[in-house]
Amino acid sequence: MTTHLDVRGLTLTTQGRTLVSNLSFAIAPGERVGLIGESGSGKSLTAMAVSGLLPAAIRAQGSITLAGQEVIGAPGRVLDRLRGTEIAIVFQEPLTALDPLMRIGRQIGIPLSRRHRRDGRDLSGRALESEILGLLEKVRLPDPSRILRAHPWEISGGQRQRVAIAMALACRPKLLIADEPTTALDVTTQAEVLKLLDALVKELGMALLFISHDLPVVASIAERVIVLRSGEAVEAGPAGEVLVQPRHPYTQTLVEAARAFDDALSGGR
Amino acid sequence: MTTIADIPQAKPSRRGSLTLRVGLALLGIHLVLGLLTVFWTPYDPAAMAGGRLSPPSLAHWAGTDRLGRDLMTQIMIGSRIALMVGAGAVVIGALIGVTLGLLAAFATRFLDDVLAAALDILIAFPTLLLAMLVVAASESASLGTAIVALGIALSAIVARLTRILAKRVLAQDYITAARTSGTSWPMVVFKHILPNIWPTLSVNFALQFGLAVIAEASLSYLGLGAPPPNASWGRLLQEAQGTVYTAPLGAILPGIALVILVIGMNFLADGLRDRADPMRGAAR
Ligand SMILES: Nc1ncnc2c1ncn2[C@@H]1O[C@H](COP(=O)(O)OP(=O)(O)O)[C@@H](O)[C@H]1O
Ligand SMILES: [Mg+2]
Repeated sequence: MTTHLDVRGLTLTTQGRTLVSNLSFAIAPGERVGLIGESGSGKSLTAMAVSGLLPAAIRAQGSITLAGQEVIGAPGRVLDRLRGTEIAIVFQEPLTALDPLMRIGRQIGIPLSRRHRRDGRDLSGRALESEILGLLEKVRLPDPSRILRAHPWEISGGQRQRVAIAMALACRPKLLIADEPTTALDVTTQAEVLKLLDALVKELGMALLFISHDLPVVASIAERVIVLRSGEAVEAGPAGEVLVQPRHPYTQTLVEAARAFDDALSGGR
Repeated sequence: MTTIADIPQAKPSRRGSLTLRVGLALLGIHLVLGLLTVFWTPYDPAAMAGGRLSPPSLAHWAGTDRLGRDLMTQIMIGSRIALMVGAGAVVIGALIGVTLGLLAAFATRFLDDVLAAALDILIAFPTLLLAMLVVAASESASLGTAIVALGIALSAIVARLTRILAKRVLAQDYITAARTSGTSWPMVVFKHILPNIWPTLSVNFALQFGLAVIAEASLSYLGLGAPPPNASWGRLLQEAQGTVYTAPLGAILPGIALVILVIGMNFLADGLRDRADPMRGAAR
């Protein structure tokens, strides 16, 4: 099998409005793909469609195969098994992506013990805790034993996003979808989280679908990018090429906007 | 060097623990009195224990009623009945209401609309009236019937609250996050939804406990509650009505007992709300 995820002619509609139209792309195992587009262009919906979690009001047409299994129209039981083994998602806003009443350790422990149960092992008590601590260390969180017992509001935004990444890693997914994982973070933290994601994806050999409206951010982590505009792919290709020589006028405006922003930053110094 | 991460964050305050403690204390009075009657009462509640309508004395702390029964004994048994009614009605209301509310929250648009409309109609009826209808339909007045009737009457409010709260939690990212990591819907309900709606629900349950106690007293006052010899405070009030000018204590004391319990439950609700709030504030 050469593709882990294969999206063919994906069209998402709701009440006569087309939100994503005829989108096709594939991701091979270990490959890193960027999905770029301005806010409202349908990036998050694409991620939801891939994990079979579209809102009920939205209709999907086309085909999405994940690890050889068709996702569109698949029964919940099949999807529950796919999610968390083949695929996991890290969201934009790490505070709301964590249950406010649950300690960090338990939030990571739930998907972790579920994965072990699937593999026929029962993990609990000390063994579970030491594996959770291992994950917290893997995402380079300081003082893991404190964070294990903390509630989400007791740690910083960057730390929360690391926890969310640890939760995704607990599933040991073959494909990690990161939906604007750094947008809610300040610039320094953003760079750190990007570096972490980059290192983890390489180390664990996961495929990555990195979603962002920020072209330079995507180019720094993805090998290949797809540019989405109002639900349509307007350009796709190797990240370097698209960033240096954008062909579609829309991509050109994205690149120019990013340059102007950079210039403004350096000019202001 | 101190970084921002090193600065200890404010813990949710425990303000309101005073109201909580007052509430627990008032409830505690009735718990002690009510539980005591299971093993011991000052006098046989059904027997003539002294002269009729005698004023308070060392032998009869609260005096006697018009049949010469010890009033203190009656009020203590009333405590037990009130607690059973409150707890029973809340448990029944919670079981039915939470189930219906969750069902509505998860239902398709159409079913949700139907359930929501049905609940709105039920809620438009006063709790007491609804309970009277259920008692009337069952054709036999007993303590059990009254509890079931009140539970059913309260369940509509619980259902509507659960539906709104569950929908709000369902829209949160952490539910989607749990779903993407492979958590099934039943597990989402038990691990995320119920714990997150519980703080608000428990406040409501405490208030409903008080409502149920008042409603049962009203049912008993109207003769629709527990039949004799179950001395509900409502029936004590009704029995003392004819002699309220000659022996006012017979009406005043059950009234005070009722007020203590209901106010206690309201304090308890307030205290619970204060405990739930700082958490939700921090989680926003
Ligand atoms: N549940 C929904 N029902 C109807 N329309 C939706 C829903 N969710 C998102 N949309 C619409 O779909 C479009 C794409 O949304 P989204 O995928 O979230 O964009 P983004 O690229 O910013 O992630 C937007 O126009 C949005 O209004
Ligand atoms: Mg989005």
